[in-house]
Amino acid sequence: MLNKLDRLFSFQQQALSLRAHRQQVLASNIANADTPNYLARDFDFAAALQQTVAGRRQDGVALTRTSPCHLPGMGDSPVRLAYRQPLQASADGNTVEMDVERGLFAENSFFYEAGTTFLTHQVKSMLAAVQP
Amino acid sequence: MSLFNTFQVAGSALTAQSLRLNAVASNLANADSIVSSDGKPYQAIQVVFSAVPMGNAAAQGVRVTQVVHDSSPGRRVYDPRSPAADEKGYVTMPNVNVVEEMTNMISASRSYQTNAEVMNTAKQLLLKTLALGQ
Repeated sequence: MLNKLDRLFSFQQQALSLRAHRQQVLASNIANADTPNYLARDFDFAAALQQTVAGRRQDGVALTRTSPCHLPGMGDSPVRLAYRQPLQASADGNTVEMDVERGLFAENSFFYEAGTTFLTHQVKSMLAAVQP
Repeated sequence: MSLFNTFQVAGSALTAQSLRLNAVASNLANADSIVSSDGKPYQAIQVVFSAVPMGNAAAQGVRVTQVVHDSSPGRRVYDPRSPAADEKGYVTMPNVNVVEEMTNMISASRSYQTNAEVMNTAKQLLLKTLALGQ
């Protein structure tokens, strides 16, 4: 029973955590809008979600352990980040374009809220189903 | 949780931008200070930003790594009556470019606003997450 509930909620939960991750990446871009030589980064949300749902993490980077005393290290990022192609490169080597980043940030927060709404409704319909 | 990292990232940007605003304020205030504490004309200061990872590699915050003195020569003004004038009657003024400082100030305050907004959005999303299922 719990397993089924878990499976029902897992899709939205994975989508939400990816949205939260992307929110942080976009916030980094906005925060570094004035940092010289900073390269704006982002990831392909649709591809990342497909990979996550299929159970494959994109990072695939693990530290080589040459001694049993070494700690296993994994890349903590669930996605592979790419660099954004600037439409108008700036003179100081910074590739953050505020209008693009602000637009994507707003879009991403909208979809995050949509995700929480979907999840809330799923919870509500499950509660309605288990009412005696 | 990645949304908390957003707070850290935007917070570091707020700190960095307010430092930049402070530097602008002291440059503008001292645009005419022909003598500073070391006896020479005031030298403009500029902050240097650099990206630092926060929490995890995907979250890059900003930190002011150094505050540098602008070494460009100050402008020379002919004013033989000034006590700071040299033997030819010229006074070396601070090397503060007021126009540049004003644009710097506008840029810093806009960036500050944007990052405050980012923090607000992150807060709203976290509150929505807390209300999940209600």
